[in-house]
Amino acid sequence: MQNKSIAQMAAELRLRNYSSVELTRHYLERIARLDPRLNSFISVASESALAAAERADRAIASGDAGPLAGIPIAHKDIFCTAGIKTSCGSRMLDNFIAPYDATVVERLAAAGAVVLGKTNMDEFAMGSSNETSYYGPVHNPWDADRVPGGSSGGSAAAVAARLCAAATGTDTGGSIRQPAALCGITGIKPTYGRCSRWGMIAFASSLDQAGVLARSAADAACLLDEMAGFDPRDSTSADVAVPDYVDALDDDIAGLRIGLPKEYFGEGLDPRVAASVQDAIKEYERLGAKVKEISLPNSPLSVPVYYVVAPAECSSNLARFDGVRYGHRCENPQDLEDLYKRSRAEGFGDEVQRRIMIGTYVLSAGYYDAYYLKAQKIRHLIADDFARAFEDVDVVMGPTAPSTAFALGAKTDDPVAMYLNDIYTIATNLAGLPGMSIPVEPVEGLPVGLQIIGNYFQEARLLNVAHRFQHVTHWHQGAPSGFE
Amino acid sequence: MQWETVIGLEIHTQLATQSKIFSGASTAFGASPNTQACAIDLGLPGVLPVLNAEAVRLAVRFGRAIGAEVAPRSVFARKNYFYPDLPKGYQISQYELPIVGEGRVEIVLGDGSVKSIGVTRAHLEEDAGKSLHEENLAGGGYTGIDLNRAGTPLLEIVSEPDMRTPQEAVAYARKIHQLVRWIGISDGNMQEGSFRVDANVSVRPLGQTRFGTRTEIKNLNSFRFIERAIQFEVERQIDVIEGGGSVVQETRLYDPERDETRPMRSKEEANDYRYFPDPDLLPVEIDVAFIVEAVADLPELPDSMRERFHTQYGLGEYDASLLTAGRELAQYFEAVVQATAEPKLAANWVNGELAAALNRSEIDIAQSPVSAAMLAGLIHRIQDGTVSGKLAKQVFEAMWSGEGDADSVIQARGLRQITDSGALESMIAAIVAANPGQVEQYRAGKDKVFGFFVGQVMKESKGKANPQQVNEILMRVLASD
Repeated sequence: MQNKSIAQMAAELRLRNYSSVELTRHYLERIARLDPRLNSFISVASESALAAAERADRAIASGDAGPLAGIPIAHKDIFCTAGIKTSCGSRMLDNFIAPYDATVVERLAAAGAVVLGKTNMDEFAMGSSNETSYYGPVHNPWDADRVPGGSSGGSAAAVAARLCAAATGTDTGGSIRQPAALCGITGIKPTYGRCSRWGMIAFASSLDQAGVLARSAADAACLLDEMAGFDPRDSTSADVAVPDYVDALDDDIAGLRIGLPKEYFGEGLDPRVAASVQDAIKEYERLGAKVKEISLPNSPLSVPVYYVVAPAECSSNLARFDGVRYGHRCENPQDLEDLYKRSRAEGFGDEVQRRIMIGTYVLSAGYYDAYYLKAQKIRHLIADDFARAFEDVDVVMGPTAPSTAFALGAKTDDPVAMYLNDIYTIATNLAGLPGMSIPVEPVEGLPVGLQIIGNYFQEARLLNVAHRFQHVTHWHQGAPSGFE
Repeated sequence: MQWETVIGLEIHTQLATQSKIFSGASTAFGASPNTQACAIDLGLPGVLPVLNAEAVRLAVRFGRAIGAEVAPRSVFARKNYFYPDLPKGYQISQYELPIVGEGRVEIVLGDGSVKSIGVTRAHLEEDAGKSLHEENLAGGGYTGIDLNRAGTPLLEIVSEPDMRTPQEAVAYARKIHQLVRWIGISDGNMQEGSFRVDANVSVRPLGQTRFGTRTEIKNLNSFRFIERAIQFEVERQIDVIEGGGSVVQETRLYDPERDETRPMRSKEEANDYRYFPDPDLLPVEIDVAFIVEAVADLPELPDSMRERFHTQYGLGEYDASLLTAGRELAQYFEAVVQATAEPKLAANWVNGELAAALNRSEIDIAQSPVSAAMLAGLIHRIQDGTVSGKLAKQVFEAMWSGEGDADSVIQARGLRQITDSGALESMIAAIVAANPGQVEQYRAGKDKVFGFFVGQVMKESKGKANPQQVNEILMRVLASD
């Protein structure tokens, strides 16, 4: 049951082959049995999930069911959910239950989706291995000794292990695409502003974007159809019409112009990953695509620029977690300063504290121009690189991550090595462009992701390009052993 | 040594919007603590600000009113600092690109001269909440936070350091206060904190062009406190310098009970606000159409009205500036003028009897029991000789205490002037006849005896005799024979 596509499940629910309650129980049972190996969920909401499933069954019976009626999904624990704890992977919010739903949560619920629970993540989405979570690391379903990637590591592992039909994620520097690659699934980060950020706990506001982790481009299209669109509660959400992503899946891609940035195939890339990505591109040529090498000359600057801009915004965004109104508060504060210092020292983990300190530094008087302002200027140059590229090509392709999943603990002592894991994904966030990762041929049993980057609001094109590949390949169908 | 004082003011005026600047919560004053704070005002995780267009409209009106450029593009920035009544750990304000650029206002000084004060900029920002400290008997205590005010829209109006005396500072503050109420962007209620003033004060030897080190006195909420706080601070700074010390740049608070200022924050806690553009809000782009719409119903401004009262109605600067202190008062005055075509008489009555009565009762012109139409009615009766100027004051008092309009009061109290010459002739003939000695004296050249006869006629007529007629008849009667 868990290997079916969302379209198939939706059809079978409507045919009453099984009920949503049965489907939901099936997933809840899998979670209870299999997740102890993965730790992909922070909260499992059995009761509310079954209640939602019953509502979906009634809606299906009465013929007014939404497009995702009865489909069990999971939300990254960064999306606020009324009634279910929203921890953001942090001790700081271990006691926090939001009085509202994020727009993304609300829209998927309106479409009838059933929420099984909230998935594990790097603390406040800061990390590339899911090892910074207060709730412990997530294990990669393909190899339990390896990381699933991050920060949406819980969503990626849960989808790969078939513990939910699909899951939401957020991507600030690669947090959907990199774990999708490392877990062998499909992930899409839409254009900045495509999905509302209302109710999504902010890490770096100018980079954060909600998206989907799913087993296929077709499944991702089903969810994104519901999630995308303008929201008056988010001033940065785009008031741009949303096409039907499912409708566009089968469009012909003959003549598609693919650009391969030479900077994405250089030093630091595992040659086996490179070979696998090149093979996938050959497949595209067989499908009628035309490939040319391009250059994104400023892309080597994207990691340093990102590690100025993102910490700067995070240092301000996370100031509200002060122990005064909600969240973690230290015991017996002596005075206000003690309350602030200990609540935050106890509530935040090392990586979060490191980024708050970097961000505070780069915004300080006397450093702002040299760091933040300069980084913003380079950010424009990076966007300009892409703009030039899209004059000649329809999509840009390359590896999603420089290697396959690495061992748990391998990079925890070396933040810079960890940061370099997002070297190919970060530029997309800095430019605000949509990006995807789809599974291609694994290397030694470990998944590899092909990244596809499109021009602004070209999500339909990306999903179409991914779907046509998945139509002729089977890499996206493989299930990790023990989770089939 | 002779010292010169340099003063600049930062005025925070609360904009008269229904809801907050970035949320839909109400801005009404006086609700119980934390009942007007929504998830956005509380700074809960994941919430986002959405700009209230009305706040922008009101800021644009202000910009136009001081002849400033309204920025086609302005940017909200975050001012980062920790304080319990600042829920997000930053205040959303404007920093490098404010909505209102340079403008000017004119103040009228004590000697009637006019001085122009520069406004550097005005920017939109959100207010913080309120911390309420309560001490218990044991000496400890609690601090309560009320976030009702958090997110209330403010326009911060920053002046140039153009003022040289506490009185000029007060005149400027009053001018801005008059203006924001005049154009309907703020209720200017100082008790409720809708109009708060920070004063930057420094002194320098007269003739020196470089500014001295300044201090900032925060949160002055009455015009009297502005004057006294600056006065104290100027004297303190001069004492410090003359005592061989130097002024420390710091933030100070004014304590009205002790009439002194004292330091608010120590230097080690000096904040680095780490301003940066708020990534949650788009730049505010204002086009001509928006400005045209925002200022379409902007009333005639006080300076222009003052000038017009001077030229059109021939009023003195002093009367004209009194009449334009508030928009309602000015409208009241104009209504009286329109009904009577007697601007000088109307000005005398509005600035005289009416102003005194309003003052005594401590009420605003809007609550005056004597409407403009009623005052005009009284002036008509003065014009047509129905009542004398002296009796008119009685009529006014009666109207004030609710006895009806001028005609009903005159009728009910029998205050109509006696203009019937027959009645006056016989009254005067009788008085002349009854006082032969005085008649003798008058005829012998003692002119001032004339006043005695006038007094007798007024006494006999209970003040209602038309003075001009009395004069004429008396002259004639006394001259004959």
